[in-house]
Amino acid sequence: MMGFLSSTFSKLSKHRFLLEELVKRDFKKKYKRTVLGMAWSMLSPMLMLLVMKVVFENFFGRDIPHYTTYLFCGLLTFNWFAESTNGGMFSLSANSAIFTKVDVPKYLFLFSVNVQALINFALTLLVFFAFCALDGVPFTWTFLLLVYPVATLLFMNIGIGMILSALFVFFRDVDYLWRVFLQLLAYGSALFYTIDGFSPLLQLGFALNPVYRHIAYIREVVLMGQVPSLELHLTLLGFAVAAFLAGCLMYKHYNTRFLYYV
Amino acid sequence: MSDAAPILTCRNVSIRYLTGDFKSIGLKEWVMRCLTGNYKVVDFWADRDVDFELQRGDMLGIIGTNGAGKSTLLKAVSGIMEPTYGQVVRHGRVAALLELASGFDGDLTVKENAYLRGAMLGYTRAFMDATYEQIVEFAELKEFEDRPFKQLSSGMKSRLAFAIASFVRPDILILDEVLSVGDGGFRAKSEAKMKEIIHGGATTILVSHAIGQVRAMCNKVLWLHKGRQIVFSEDVAGVCTAYEAFLKRPAGPAVYPPPASA
Repeated sequence: MMGFLSSTFSKLSKHRFLLEELVKRDFKKKYKRTVLGMAWSMLSPMLMLLVMKVVFENFFGRDIPHYTTYLFCGLLTFNWFAESTNGGMFSLSANSAIFTKVDVPKYLFLFSVNVQALINFALTLLVFFAFCALDGVPFTWTFLLLVYPVATLLFMNIGIGMILSALFVFFRDVDYLWRVFLQLLAYGSALFYTIDGFSPLLQLGFALNPVYRHIAYIREVVLMGQVPSLELHLTLLGFAVAAFLAGCLMYKHYNTRFLYYV
Repeated sequence: MSDAAPILTCRNVSIRYLTGDFKSIGLKEWVMRCLTGNYKVVDFWADRDVDFELQRGDMLGIIGTNGAGKSTLLKAVSGIMEPTYGQVVRHGRVAALLELASGFDGDLTVKENAYLRGAMLGYTRAFMDATYEQIVEFAELKEFEDRPFKQLSSGMKSRLAFAIASFVRPDILILDEVLSVGDGGFRAKSEAKMKEIIHGGATTILVSHAIGQVRAMCNKVLWLHKGRQIVFSEDVAGVCTAYEAFLKRPAGPAVYPPPASA
């Protein structure tokens, strides 16, 4: 495993120029070379935040302090997960004209998508901090712990992106299924409500939802200013390692077989 | 020459190619087809026991009718595919110039596409910075360099593709019907450039349906027929004559040396 990782990293430095050019290409295509394009991509989470706040504040806002920030924690995390996995899903098939002609590592295409999603997330995070200040959330040192869930979620996103992009090469309706699943997941990730009043069985379901667990970590750090439990740390790490390993194995196993399917 | 270590060795290379109903299929279609027993995967041997070796400076011509397994063999040599059995041993860098005009992005400019392609071919950024001017100059696309690629004619696209690729200095060069592109003037220029690369010491593999080209340029020849190796020989003229005789009577046997009665 270590050998596989180190060979991956040495390949990565060898293909740095290609990765940079792919990132540039994906950026230009997505934002159509406009500054507004980037602002545009922030618009959707902002509108979502506004609508949720207006609609749900009367139902849930009474019992949840700093409800705007509470909502934003969820949306921020969920949107990153959705953008990264949804975009990553097409990374192989969209670049099939390249990898069937030139021998390049196939994960570069997915990495490019994730660099972009990460930058988008970082920008949203800046807006998030501004909202925290407006909402009167005290900035404590525990904000530094945000690095941890960001890192685990990044690896989980890449892992799930690998699995989805491979599946999408095999089955062309995976994108439809994934969009449906994301919609269900949005309702099941407690973006706008708390799970405190639910039955233990239902709470167990939430405990198995990796996106919810990441959101819970971020809320604990931001809203309560406390260090989450060791158990939560290990859980997030477990999700990340499991998804990343599964993705790597899938890419390794199908590496030379993808071209039969495109 | 022949006592030197081979730069490329193909030992009993056999490639089983998969095709059938799994291409561009959805999950639900797959389930339905499996249930109704209408799901067929066909595998056939695209190449069977292909066995040859090349020394530095060799120029190999691969001949054979459509479906002989030429392109599949080239994919194995360039590392895009792995042989099912047998092995390919390469000593040095391989550059495959296959289907040049595909893999470009219509939304990027000529310059951006040039850099992206350069990165795919394994060039460094410094190398691209240094040679970019020569590349557009050679492709005669200086005045188009900031235009989106989709506005170019297909001739212009292949000119750019050829120009970028022509700066590659591989140890093993693979040419799939790309010896010359463009109109009269550019064709002469590109042929001259190609000869320059070949005479630069690279070992070249040429796939061509122009038997005259193989006769004129190659010192070794490999004749494939329906995946089987009919002959690998240094007697280029003899094999080409036998192949031409075979082409005139497609019903006849693909054999070398030709049957005495012929």
